[in-house]
Amino acid sequence: MAKHIQTIIKGNLSVTIKNGGCGKCQTSCQSACKTSCTVGNQVCEK
Amino acid sequence: MLNLKNYHISKNIHIYEQGNLRIAYDVNSGSLHILDEKTFSLIGEMIDYQSNNETIDLNLVGNNLPDDEKLEVLEELEQLQRDKLLFSEEVLEQEPIYPSPPIIKAMCLHVAHDCNLKCRYCFAGTGSFGGCRELMSVETGIKAIDFLLMHSGSRPQCEVDFFGGEPLLNLTVVKELIAYGKMAAKKINKRIKFTLTTNAVLLDEQTTAYLEKEEVSVVLSLDGRKEVNDRMRPFYKDKGSYDTIVPNILRFTEKRPKTSPYAIGNYYYVRGTYTHYNTDFYRDVLHMADLGIKMISIEPVVASPENDFSLNQEDIEKVKESYDILGEKVLDYAQRDQEFSFFHFNAGLDDGPCLPKRLSGCGAGYEYIAVSPEGGIYPCHQFVGQEAYKLGSLHKPDSKPRTDIVDQFRKANVYAKQECRTCWARFSCSGGCHAANVAYSGELTKVYSLGCELQKKRLEVAYYLKIRQALKVGTNC
Repeated sequence: MAKHIQTIIKGNLSVTIKNGGCGKCQTSCQSACKTSCTVGNQVCEK
Repeated sequence: MLNLKNYHISKNIHIYEQGNLRIAYDVNSGSLHILDEKTFSLIGEMIDYQSNNETIDLNLVGNNLPDDEKLEVLEELEQLQRDKLLFSEEVLEQEPIYPSPPIIKAMCLHVAHDCNLKCRYCFAGTGSFGGCRELMSVETGIKAIDFLLMHSGSRPQCEVDFFGGEPLLNLTVVKELIAYGKMAAKKINKRIKFTLTTNAVLLDEQTTAYLEKEEVSVVLSLDGRKEVNDRMRPFYKDKGSYDTIVPNILRFTEKRPKTSPYAIGNYYYVRGTYTHYNTDFYRDVLHMADLGIKMISIEPVVASPENDFSLNQEDIEKVKESYDILGEKVLDYAQRDQEFSFFHFNAGLDDGPCLPKRLSGCGAGYEYIAVSPEGGIYPCHQFVGQEAYKLGSLHKPDSKPRTDIVDQFRKANVYAKQECRTCWARFSCSGGCHAANVAYSGELTKVYSLGCELQKKRLEVAYYLKIRQALKVGTNC
């Protein structure tokens, strides 16, 4: 186990540039007036 | 050896302190780490050094650490770099690829440009969007749904949000359109997910039962404490709306105890707006949580600076402090079995959206459109009534969205915004809200800087909570 750094979430976001983009996710909204989803708050629905 | 050749650390790693944790967020992988003091200080030194020098000489940083400890830290960083979890390779900038013609998957249907409240901060001009007060006809609504289904390509599920003004002022049409939409979608093996955004004034028992039966997701507006809500959300005769809407909201939310915090499936959210007058908005969130509401969102007002309720630069520190307090309260309430979800503290990281989605953002103008009561097509609900951004009309034969405007919105991705290209939050905020950017700067590709500051603070707390939830222990990690 590492002594100085504890990894909590292991992401692989950069890989998804190749296999992502299916468009199945629900529409997001970046604005203040809709909570329908902001991109960073979404989960992938693939 | 840690490879730092051409590596811009502050662009690709964000380190910060939150609660009693020192956190590192690796932008390109979306990984989160807890750092000890020595590692935190070494990375901080590297970032400082890089702000004045092009390349980093590792012999010139971390010299306050004993040699053996510095070596240990660097070895751990190197291992994490090999594992692509920290100091991971920067994603090459590339434009998202878009289908042609555009696939529209969601529509905001403005069934009522009229409202029974006159909220002071309303971007819709208390419901009229700067035009006449009018309700959408069934015929226009049917044309809109047909337009959506026709332009949704191979996508099996589309979304329709009934919006206003106040959509319950036109409930008869809403009901007809839900019935029509379900039938028309089924005929071509598609499904429409319906959402309704309401101020809850007319949300009586019968309407609640109807929305339940038809599985309509609902976003309900409430600003929090009575005095806060009533200051900004009065009726036309200035009477506050709190006493009318809270019983309606609670009756509704009690019906959906298992709603998804990620707004998936059949959900509800109670959402509010905070302004200059309640920079201590965490109290409003807690007020709602104490009422028993589990899904809560409160967002900063977006308004011209001349308005007395606008947030200004002096408010920012108080607002940030409120987010800090709220983060701790989320944990406290969860420990007391009074768990609630604050929408903007949800963060999709390991299970979040893919990079193409994060680069392109909300899809306004090409995946998402809004339709006004008279059948005008706009990039999103916030652009309704702005002629310069009008994409077309449902009443013109063979109507298609104007390609020049579609292209403008497609090109306004993260990489088109200078400030975003080096920002650590770029893959989580996706360049912010187009409408807020235009309102602030007049351009789609210039960001609303105050909004950026708040977004970054929300993300910091969200990642902190993600870690705390993963650890599922007290504050000593």
